[in-house]
Amino acid sequence: MRFFEYEAREVVKRAGIPVTDYGFTTDAAEAREIAQRIDGPTVIKSQVLSGGRMKAGGVKFADTPEEAESHAREILQLEIAGHMPRGVLVDPKAEVEQEYYAGVVWDGIRKQPVMIFSPVGGIDIEQVAEEQPEKVGRRHFSNILPLSDFEAKEVIAATGVTGSALNKLVPIVKRLAQLFVENDMVLAEINPLGRLADGSFVALDAHMDIENEARGRHKKLLADLGVGDEETRQAREATPFELAGEEVDSQDHRGVAGNVTEFDGNLGLVIGAGGGSLTLFDAVRAHGGKPANYCEIGGNPSVSKTCGLAKLVLQKPGVEQIAVMMSIVSNTRVDIVARGVIKACLELGHDPGEKIAIFRIPGAWEEEGFKILEKYGVDYADRSVSLNEAARRAVEKIGGASA
Amino acid sequence: MRKDGTFIAVAVEDGAAADAELARKLTEACPVDIFAQGAGGELEIVQDNLDECVLCRLCLDASPPNTLSVIKLYDGDAVLA
Ligand code: SF4
Repeated sequence: MRFFEYEAREVVKRAGIPVTDYGFTTDAAEAREIAQRIDGPTVIKSQVLSGGRMKAGGVKFADTPEEAESHAREILQLEIAGHMPRGVLVDPKAEVEQEYYAGVVWDGIRKQPVMIFSPVGGIDIEQVAEEQPEKVGRRHFSNILPLSDFEAKEVIAATGVTGSALNKLVPIVKRLAQLFVENDMVLAEINPLGRLADGSFVALDAHMDIENEARGRHKKLLADLGVGDEETRQAREATPFELAGEEVDSQDHRGVAGNVTEFDGNLGLVIGAGGGSLTLFDAVRAHGGKPANYCEIGGNPSVSKTCGLAKLVLQKPGVEQIAVMMSIVSNTRVDIVARGVIKACLELGHDPGEKIAIFRIPGAWEEEGFKILEKYGVDYADRSVSLNEAARRAVEKIGGASA
Repeated sequence: MRKDGTFIAVAVEDGAAADAELARKLTEACPVDIFAQGAGGELEIVQDNLDECVLCRLCLDASPPNTLSVIKLYDGDAVLA
């Protein structure tokens, strides 16, 4: 779940990282009061979760409190990428000598956080990494063991920063890494991190994203920031296809057959089993396949629920075949899933042997399941075939990537 | 009486199907609601739920021998024993 900039700045401030004397408001008159308190030029920034604020006119500079009020009024009415702003942030226009970048992201492959630092800030770090790779320092660190100053120092020093700047940056980068771990984040970024004329550093903008599943562990922080339980802050609204998936899942209490995400490929997926669904989705893509959807089945969904999900996927425009795959199941019955997906094909007038590219669910009641699959001529694989190989076969069958 | 789903069929001797007490027992026993009782207490087989059968044999345990069969249509009409 993403934080608005004003919330991310609060998190940064609480961690002891210097921030500017900003103010957040939803009211243009109050923006003027904040600018008066700042007593100098200000920047008025739209608080939306989408990028491209500057280009869209959501960031404006003001020399006087009156100008700040007028900009705030405009920005509060300005829709950016389909989102109305939550409010505006009124920030002192800092006299910055140099802009830096400090960030921490979760590396899903290494299963560890990685600290990233660059003396080139204010632009996307991806651009810096591409154009000036020597200006980007990176280092994985443990999210279990205590973090040392040395680890932060190594990342910063690798980019050529030395002396007093290095010493001042170490606690900032270390605190950012700590707050990332403490708050179960997947992204914590200060960009730009400004160096002022007196050599001090101040966070000028921050982006943070907390792991959705960890929200329950951070109730106090979220309450302090005013984030309600009902706020999902998804990157986009659910599509009708995804809503229909929710409907299928909610109609029957037995098991899970939902959590559908829509993509635009030709291979429908009926997948599940813990992290198996993510692994399978990635495997399909790694083999050049184009998934039409992501979903999760597990916990022994009923035949009708599995059938409902499979029908939904089969009816999605562009879907040519479906792949039904899970890792070895113990709490889901192979025969029940087999019945569900075959029934979906039959009810839609398809030949299950044609429509199901592969069925790879070994585990509980597999003998019964395999009998059903054989009767309907469905190509199936047992546990001797890996998830990766099953995904490869499905992609091969559908003729590789769709056009 | 017999009703067929896509994967499962259930057959009950007509005499047994008229037994309200057996109908009550079967309705209570089946975990996926394949049995119900009609207005007169007689047994009914719920067509929509047939394919949900989990092959648990509880209905066989609840009924007298040779009065009820659960048939696996996908397995050469094998009868659940
Ligand atoms: S075997 Fe179990 S699930 Fe199937 S009809 Fe009998 S009681 Fe119901």
